[in-house]
Order: sequence, then C-alpha cells, then structure tokens
Amino acid sequence: MQPARVPGARAGFPANNMPTFLHREFRFLHKSLNLWSRLCLLAAAITVVISVLFPLWKLHLVAPQYSNGLVMQIYAYKIHGGGLNGNDINEINNLNHYIGMKKIDQADFTEMQIMPFMFGVFILLALRGIVMGEMKNVVDLFVLAAYFGAFSIGAFYYRLYWYGHNLDPHAPVHIQPFTPLIFGTQKIANFTQSSYPELGTYLLWVFMALLILAIWFSRKEEAQAV
Amino acid sequence: MKTDTPKLIAAVLLGLLAFLQDACNKNGSSNNKMTGDDAKNAQASYVPPGQKDEYYLFYSGGHSGQVFVAGIPSMRHIATIPVFSPYSGTGYGYDIETKKMLGDYTWGDVHHPALSQTNSEYDGRWLFVNDNANNRVARIDLRDFKTKQILGPIPNSMGNHGSSFVTENTEYILVATRFSVPLPKGRVADPNDYATQFNGMVSGIKVDPATGQMSVGWQILTPPFDWDLGSTGKGPSSGWAFWTSYNSEMAHNVLETNASQKDRDYAAIVNWRAAEKAVAEGKATMMDGVPVIDPAKVPGVLYFVDIAKSPHGMDVDPSGKWVVAGGKLQPTTTVINFEKLQKAIANKDFVHGGDVRGIPLLEHHDVVEGEVPVGLGPLHTQYDGLGNAYTSLFIDSQVAKWKLPPWTDEEKKDLTKVVLDKIPVHYSIGHLVVAGSDTAHPYGKWLVAMNKLSKGRHLSVGPSQPEDSQLIDITGAKMKMIYETFTEPEPHFAQILKADKIQPIEVYPKDENKDPNAIWEAAQAGQTRNGDGVDAKVTAIRSRFVPDRIDARVGDTLTVHVTNIEQSADMIHGFGLVEHNINLVIDPGETRTFQVKLTKPGVYPFYCTNFCSALHQEMQGYLVVKNEGAAEPASESVNPASIPPAPKTDAVQGEPAVPATSLPAVPNNTPPPPRPPAAASTSPTP
Repeated sequence: MQPARVPGARAGFPANNMPTFLHREFRFLHKSLNLWSRLCLLAAAITVVISVLFPLWKLHLVAPQYSNGLVMQIYAYKIHGGGLNGNDINEINNLNHYIGMKKIDQADFTEMQIMPFMFGVFILLALRGIVMGEMKNVVDLFVLAAYFGAFSIGAFYYRLYWYGHNLDPHAPVHIQPFTPLIFGTQKIANFTQSSYPELGTYLLWVFMALLILAIWFSRKEEAQAV
Repeated sequence: MKTDTPKLIAAVLLGLLAFLQDACNKNGSSNNKMTGDDAKNAQASYVPPGQKDEYYLFYSGGHSGQVFVAGIPSMRHIATIPVFSPYSGTGYGYDIETKKMLGDYTWGDVHHPALSQTNSEYDGRWLFVNDNANNRVARIDLRDFKTKQILGPIPNSMGNHGSSFVTENTEYILVATRFSVPLPKGRVADPNDYATQFNGMVSGIKVDPATGQMSVGWQILTPPFDWDLGSTGKGPSSGWAFWTSYNSEMAHNVLETNASQKDRDYAAIVNWRAAEKAVAEGKATMMDGVPVIDPAKVPGVLYFVDIAKSPHGMDVDPSGKWVVAGGKLQPTTTVINFEKLQKAIANKDFVHGGDVRGIPLLEHHDVVEGEVPVGLGPLHTQYDGLGNAYTSLFIDSQVAKWKLPPWTDEEKKDLTKVVLDKIPVHYSIGHLVVAGSDTAHPYGKWLVAMNKLSKGRHLSVGPSQPEDSQLIDITGAKMKMIYETFTEPEPHFAQILKADKIQPIEVYPKDENKDPNAIWEAAQAGQTRNGDGVDAKVTAIRSRFVPDRIDARVGDTLTVHVTNIEQSADMIHGFGLVEHNINLVIDPGETRTFQVKLTKPGVYPFYCTNFCSALHQEMQGYLVVKNEGAAEPASESVNPASIPPAPKTDAVQGEPAVPATSLPAVPNNTPPPPRPPAAASTSPTP
C-alpha cells in the first residue's frame, strides 16, 4: 500500500555522483513509510508514554532481618522506595550511613529531569515520523534512542560506581570501595543485592523493537522522489 | 487388732520406694516422655517458628496492673501491655503523658478485660480493663496495643470488681462495686451502721463511639451488697445487664462467715437503657458530679432475684436468652430464662411484699429454668455457640461441660443428665474463657482454663509461684487437655480474638505525629533555655542521638522530647538517663517527653536502652549538670546538630593520658572548650 505523499518532503538530491554504496543508503533513508510502519511509530510513541508509568529498574536488598527485602525502584522521573510510605529508601540510606555512603537523594539525580524530557523528544520524533513518512525519520529516532539508552546505562553505572567509591573515611564501618551490581545478583555483607530491569525498561525495548519493525515494514517501499 | 508385720514392712518399703522415685522425678533432669495422645496434642498447639498463631489471648495481669498478650494455640506470651503499673520495658510511666495517666498510683488490679463490640461481635477496636483496687477503667487501643486512657477513680464507686462489661455496641462499660462505703466518698460513717450508711453502686461509663473516650455517664445507687461479676445482654436481653452479689446479709466484718449465712443472695437485673432514659428525663440527683438514680424512686431500672449461694459469675449466653450464675458455695449453676424474667416483670410477679429496700424482688421459680448440678465451686460459665456451656469448678478443680436449655422433660426431672463431660485442671480454676464466648457468635474451638494454683507443676522458682493456664480443645464431645503454661500474677478473666480481626500498625506514620515537639531533621535538634527550664529536642535514629550533649544547671527543670525518626518496623530506641530514674522507650515515628528536676551536679550519660543496631552500645550522650550560678558555657544555647560524624573535639583524644589523681583539678563549672563548626571535612583525621 502506497501512503500519500507528504507535502513539503524534499526530493531530488543529485544521486548520480555518489558511490553505489552510499547511493543505496541514501535511497534507503528516503524510502516512504507505509501504513504499517506508521502504525508501528504510533505504537512506539504510546509505549514510551506508558513506560513512564512503570519503574525502569529495581534494586532489591534481602537480608535475614529484612526478609521481604528493601526495594528501590527507579522511574524515569523519580526514585521510589518500597515499604510503608516509601520508607525503604530511608532504611537503605540509614544502613548505608554505617559504611559512609552518601544519601540517595532524588534531588541529586539530574537524569530524573532529563529523562522525561528525552521521552518527550522520542514521542515527538515518532509523531514527526508518522507525518513526514520518511525512513530517515525512523532511523534518526532509533539512533538517538539507542544512544540515549546506552548513555543512561553508562550514567547509571557511573552513579553506582560513584556511590560505592565515595565513602566517608570517618564512617563507623570501613569497607573496600565497591560498585553495586547494575545487572545481576551479588552478596554484600549480610545482604543479597539484586538489580534488574523492570517493566519500564522492557517497554523501552518494545519501543526500540517497534522502530525496527517500522523500518522493516517499509524496507521495500519506494524512495520518495529521489 | 493384730498387726500383720510382714505386710506392714512391705507397705513401708513400698512407700519408701515411691518416695524415692518421686524425689528422683523432682530432682532429676526432666524426663518428658510422651505418652498416649501427647504427641498428637503437641501438634495441635505447635506453631512452627516463623508461623503465627490463629488467635490473640488477652489475659488480665491481676495485681501486676498489666495485660498479657499470648497467642493461641501456642500459648506463647507475646507482649505485656502495661496499664496501671509503670513498666520500664516499654518506658510506660516514665514520660509525661503516661505518668499523668497513672496519676499517683503505681499499681492497679486488672481483672476483666473486655473487647469492644459492634452488634454483639468483637469489632477489634479497643480492649477495656478494670482496676479493682483504685476504681478505674482503662482503654487499650488495638491499633497499637497501648493504653490510651485511664478513667477514675470513678466517683461514688468503691472496689471496681464487677467490671468491665461492654454493652452490645460499646455504648457503655458497665461497672459495679465490690465494696460498699459511705457515699459520697470521703464521708465517714461507723461500719457498725453498714446497712444504713453504706451503699454500693452500678455505673454506666459512657464510651464515645468515634474516639473511645470514656466518661462517667450515670450511676444507680444500690443496697450495700457486694456486687461480684456480671455481663451484658444481647438479642432478646438487649439493653439489660446482670450481676451476682454476695453479702446480702450486709455484714461488715468477718465476711467469710457473716456474709455466708443465707442460702441465697441477690442477683441484680439492670435495665441500662431505662437508666439512661431516666437520667435524660432528669430523674437523677447529682452526687459528686455524677447523676445518680435511686432505683427505689425510679421504677423499671433495677430488679433483684435470689439465687444460690454467694454466687460468682453471671454470664449471658450467645443467644441472649439464658443467664447463668455460678453458685460458688452451692454445687449448681442457676439458669435464668430471660423470657420468663421479662414476663414476670411485665406481670409484676414480684415476691409478695418482698421488695428489697424498695426494689422489686422477682420470684425465683418464675424466672429460673433450672439449677444444673455441675460440681463443687462453680464460678464462671462460657459458651461455644453450639448450645454447650462450660463452667469452671474451683473446688473440684475441673471444667464441666453441660447442655444449655431447652431440655427434655426427662432431663428437667434429672438435670445431672445435661452434664456432658468433665476435665480436671490444675489447680483451683478461677475464670475460664472460650473463644468469643461473650459475642453472639463464639469462635468456640478453644478453652483456656486459668488456674489459681500451680502447686509446683513447673520448674521450681521458689515460694512465689506462677499461675497456671491450660489450653483445652473443645471441638469434640469430650474436652481434651492440650497444653499448659505458666504466667506471672495473675490472670483473672481473658478475651480471645481472631487474629485477622485486627491489623495493628508497626510504626507510627510520620504524618500522624502531631506532637508539637516532634522534630524529624537532626538540624532542628538542640536545646533552649527559658529561665530555669531547659528544653531539649532530640532525634533518635540508628545509632545516635542528636544532640548527644545536653547542658543544664542544678535547679533546672529539664524537659527532653525524643523523637524516634525511624519509620522501620521494630526500630525502637530507648532513652535511659542514668541515676535519674528515667527510661523512655520510643517506637518508630513516636515522640516521648520526660521532665526531671535536676538536683545534683555531674555528668550523666544517657544511652539507648532498647537494642537497636550493631552500634547500639555507641548510641549515647551526656547530660552535663553544672553547679548553680555557673557561667553560661559559650555553646549552650546553640548546640548545633552534631552529624554527620560528630567531630571528636570535646574529648581529649590524642592527648597524653592524665593521671587519675590530677583529675579534680578541673572544677565542675569550667565551660567546655568551644566547638568547631560541625562539618565532617574539618574533623581531624587520626
């Protein structure tokens, strides 16, 4: 099915002077998006909206005297503690003060402000792709999202590293600096720490997958007036 | 008579053997060999570690002034709720609030706990208990298992034994006096004039339906009989209450004999709704601030019926139709048929000319369905909701199970036939409790016998022996002894509540703390002086107090508000101030305040008394009390928060040790060295 030509789309780049490989790339990036691809983009935008409602990551600390565990969930825009009135964060901070770890304070997490903004950008770019209807719109979005995702994971890792390596030397208990696991399960003193992605992250993966699908569906479409 | 020598020797030898064996059993290590059904019974009460009991057992602590909480079926003691006595374990009676609640009394005599009810079912809101000694009633909130109010001493009421009986929707706690005195209290009359000058009283303690706040509603003046135990009506007997009495002889001395002369004593039948109405209609006169009804002048409020002999318990069955009095000195329980009683009252079938001091006396035969020969010393009766009654037999040391009416004609002719089963208990049972017996729909299943004498059934703990409580399975036709445990003095009555009826909180939510002196940040902590008063606001969290130094002078009144800023379950902190008789215990999210007049100079440590964390031992601080007139220390009014890591500057760390002999060189009133800014980075690194 041939989608309607979007008004304002540019055409007519001088393709003849280009090497074949780049030419093919160029042509691919100017392919029109069919309805399936555009529906994928719509679904992708909606997925991002929904992902904000769910935690992205979960840190879980279990010890004999915390049999239900202490839970810290990371959302796009907040840190949420488990327990009564989110008290698990206080409890984690209280325990961490013995080893001199800095308090986990949401105000310190600038990511929490950037992330909702970036999610908004993703949504806008997805909508833009629906309207513009060109393959390059999807590719741009995919690359941006992949970069942002990788950057976020890196930043998250650095956070954990930073918390585990900036320990107050006057703390009652001296321990070797460490990096809390970002993915997986490990034993720290009496605690079993596990750290795994949550529904929010899975939805972002779905978002990425939908972008790939959007590309896939229109892979055989004609380029727009090239 | 000729003596058979060999037989005698044999008997003596056998006796000696038996003695030796007995001695071995007593002195030797335990040989708890299970026999018969023991293993099966053990399973019935065994609650594996990590699992919870199915029911709460709230038993009164008698003259310990406390309430004990245990679980059923394990019978494990879980908690002690202090009510009328200070209890340093929970800091009760050391802070301003609980001290004020206790008043000048340091003990009470808790007899009969009663759970609040809605529509004659436990609603899981409050537990009310009486104080037999100082004429008080108290309310425990089951949201946090804490005593919230102590009302009393109740005016015009002496010997608050016949309480606390909750009406079907917790409108009132009904209370009757065990002792009679000249009223109002404080008036002196000769005990020889007991019959004319002394009076008893029935009181309606009003309960606010929203808050549970208790107040004295009204009272009914009675002759000076000793009101004993009672219960409230439900269903057909809704709006009524019943008490037994002894001493209708109106003796004032040697009651043991003088109050036991008559074959029958009077039970009181009280229409509490009529009493409430009479007061509303202005038919009461004020005595010591309470509207008091004279039942001789206000008909319809009080009736008497004579029952056998020096009766004790008076228990309404779940249907509200039968009221059973335990004969105590006569081996029967008297079953009153409430419908007959109503009919007799309606028809004014009173004993001919037989009013008692103007109060109508009902004809025994008109109202009594029968007297069941349950055994010796029947005291209290409980019900399983299946038509069975269980009566404690003090003298027989047994529980008797018997069948409530309706009875067949054959049974009526010989009421021994309705006695279904008996089980020995050890020993001299007082109260017993069947789960939910005083509600419209008892849980049944379990019965706890509260025995007055344990007589060495436990490891010997010397002459001061504990009480004995036994768990009995009542699900079968025959009662089955399951478990035995021992308690501190002294459970009287108890209540059993299904565990899922309540969801107690585990921490006090921060938002609910309305204490004006609560603080949540270490930065807000510190002390202020106002004349001779020093007020300190302290935070407690694992594992420090902020501030951990309080400065004051001899003659000051020191007020310390400690807020436990934890919000984690079981993170309880204590605040013990040495040599000042202070121990606060502050639950998570709670603020508690103590006040003490400082009379001696010195440096007094305070420390966390309730184990909290690995650095619990380090959770301490100093109260510095200087001699009067000493110069103000520079830092006194500032006292900044000393976290994070308190700079160790007040101490002389790193300096060479000073020989002990040179210590007095520093007088008490020397101001401490000024503190450096409280920043972690400035802290000297060793």
